[in-house]
Amino acid sequence: MEEKLRIGVFVCDCGLNIAGTVNCEEVAKDAETIDDVVVVVRNKYTCADPGQNEIKKAIVEHKLNRVVVASCTPKIHEPTFRQCVADAGLNPYLYEMANIREHCSWVHQNEKDKATQKAKDLVRIAVARARLLEPQTEAEVPVTKSALVIGGGVAGIQTALDLADAGHQVYLVEKEPSIGGIMAALDKTYPTMDCSI
Amino acid sequence: MMDVGRHPRIKLLAYSEIDHVSGFIGNFHVKVRKKARYVDENECTACGDCVVDCPVSVPDEYQQGLSSRKAIYIQLPQAVPSAYLIDMENCLGNNPIACGKCMDACQKKCINFDMQDEMIELEVGTIIVATGMGVYDPTEMDEFGYRSYENVITSMEFERLICAGGPTEGHFVRPTDHNRPQKIAFIQCVGSRSDNRGNPYCSNICCMNTIKDTLLLKDHYPDTKSQVFYIDIRAFGKGFEDMFKRSKEAGVQYIRGIPGDVWEDPQTKNIFLAVEDTTSGKVQVHEAEMVVLSVGLEPNKEMKPLQQMLTLSSTSDGFLMESHPKLKPVDAPTRGIFYAGCVEAPKDVKDSVTQAGAAAARASIILNAGRVKIEAITAMINTDLCNYCGRCAKVCPYHAVTESDRKLGIYPKVIQAACAGCGTCGAECPTDAITMRHFTDQQIMAQIDSILAKDHMEKIVTFACNWCSYAGGDLAGTSRLQYPTNIRLIRTMCSGRVDEKFVIHAFRKGAPLVLVSGCHFADCHYINAVTWTQRRIERLWNRLERLGIRPERLQLEWISAAEGQKFSRVMKELEEMRKKVTLEEVKETISILEKEAQREAEKEKAKKLKQPSVLQTA
Repeated sequence: MEEKLRIGVFVCDCGLNIAGTVNCEEVAKDAETIDDVVVVVRNKYTCADPGQNEIKKAIVEHKLNRVVVASCTPKIHEPTFRQCVADAGLNPYLYEMANIREHCSWVHQNEKDKATQKAKDLVRIAVARARLLEPQTEAEVPVTKSALVIGGGVAGIQTALDLADAGHQVYLVEKEPSIGGIMAALDKTYPTMDCSI
Repeated sequence: MMDVGRHPRIKLLAYSEIDHVSGFIGNFHVKVRKKARYVDENECTACGDCVVDCPVSVPDEYQQGLSSRKAIYIQLPQAVPSAYLIDMENCLGNNPIACGKCMDACQKKCINFDMQDEMIELEVGTIIVATGMGVYDPTEMDEFGYRSYENVITSMEFERLICAGGPTEGHFVRPTDHNRPQKIAFIQCVGSRSDNRGNPYCSNICCMNTIKDTLLLKDHYPDTKSQVFYIDIRAFGKGFEDMFKRSKEAGVQYIRGIPGDVWEDPQTKNIFLAVEDTTSGKVQVHEAEMVVLSVGLEPNKEMKPLQQMLTLSSTSDGFLMESHPKLKPVDAPTRGIFYAGCVEAPKDVKDSVTQAGAAAARASIILNAGRVKIEAITAMINTDLCNYCGRCAKVCPYHAVTESDRKLGIYPKVIQAACAGCGTCGAECPTDAITMRHFTDQQIMAQIDSILAKDHMEKIVTFACNWCSYAGGDLAGTSRLQYPTNIRLIRTMCSGRVDEKFVIHAFRKGAPLVLVSGCHFADCHYINAVTWTQRRIERLWNRLERLGIRPERLQLEWISAAEGQKFSRVMKELEEMRKKVTLEEVKETISILEKEAQREAEKEKAKKLKQPSVLQTA
């Protein structure tokens, strides 16, 4: 039998970054009316520990099987929230994000009502997707224990030495016949005024 | 430099270039072309006997062309590896009749004219890109007379002239008469901070480099009079302001203004500079015995092929784009790749070393962990629906789908470790037999339905690829670039994921306008998946036209992660287009597409009746 959907929505104020433009209270209220949503929580900073604890608590208390966070871009905090829901025993792929900061509050600062309307929409779209999310297992692959450094100027040399000193095998590829790069063509370098080589 | 040559865990491949890179984080496969030196690198003792007899003389690149070298040469005395090589382009020939004098001179017999380029294959877990930068060539700035007057040199040439290892052994003389100049003028921001020629950005290092140069001159020759012509002096680093003060206290004259005209006295070969001193507003003419152009730094022009191999993007200044400008400044957007040094932005030695340490630490995290998790977004093939057409294998940029064979009943298979999850196969599969995990057809259709459920005439359905266009939208956000609120983004890993049926579905559900946006071709994070996007959209445009739907209602835009401004501009333009679409037009589209769907369904039904399930048991 298919499990009944129980979705939790977490709306983030991000201080005033979101709440300064978007009426987060309204967004939260609207989310409560969406089918399958069983709990909505508003937070000042969802990514901070208290915000994450709210998510973990709600997953247990409300037996959530999907989590939607309406906050910033997934490029910053998707890993954070995936870990958070996993800590509470939920498969991390049952989590979805609505970007109401980079794609809403920050780009519609002069249209507060419309921005709020859009944020509500973005939450609804995220919930629509969340309903159909499936648990996934991530494959783990072994790492070849060596590094390639391309370029043997001052930066490449330093990286190669640091990695090698840390115990790793390093391949340093330089296109010129000698390493040294542009640095080796300098006489003295600032601020120490010493020789570059 | 020496430490690199000595380190037991560093394998140095000098005079080598990257030929090919494949794989992914933790498992990169790299082919390196080690070019033939024609001198055995391990045997050569750098004694220099070979050079004496070489009859060829060419400008020495290391000395900025200020002196010459032979066809058999060593780049610099401290070279690592410490070995000579032959510049075959200028060598008289590899047959003893033509020359071969170096071979006779080499007692250790290290020279081998038959040496070939060698291909070396490497398996590595992580890659650090430290390919550096280029230096601006001021030839186009003819007002400074770099090509017309010999006594006008660049700051790079200055380095060689004042260096004990340089062509003059550190005696600072001017090119025309080899006399030591006493009055030297420095012109700042040559090739930097200009919207017309050169580059618009500040090159970061030139102010401090000039300050250093003036102090070096004072140190070597206390009677030198240096003048520096500048826009602003940017001495922001630790100890930098002190150096600037020392330079001024030592008598260096700083004049706020960039010379508008430079000319030479034909007799004395001295250089005159006409400049408006912007602190006084007065036009002055100064005379100098030598002029140093403080040239800026540029992206490495030879970097493009490597950039494409590693699927890295550039920011608008041409330097490589980092994963996040503040939080991940040494990570490339492609996992497992890091940056060190000027490849990311112009920086000085201290900053390069700092960033190198950071890149090494970031790379160590992966190497120490020993295992990495791969996101569960790969393709899965449902063999019940597959018709063996082989399209998936054909379009996969990674060759991650194996060939199928209808006769033998062999289905295609996805090699999970090689699949990067772009979704191109999923979009191209004619029978919907491919499921893209975490970006399924059903999930994307549900997003479209949700967008258009209410006020559909107000919405612009936009597909944005994760790496470029979605990130471009993020950059518009962090830059607070305002645009209309009607846009609704659906994120896919690649624009190659956008199935024809998504677009048609959006129009059927009443979308006035649909945008598909992805990476520029050179920036595509999935090698060439974006080319399939282009072809698919062209196919769609034809289909829409045939059906009597305005193709302009489907837009295609390439927006990179660095193009926040373009993202915002495109959104504004789309909003203007959206306003022009009428409800009648949308209603008509819906009716056309409903009819088309009906026809397709009937055709499908007829087909099924004709050929009862074949091959199902295969």
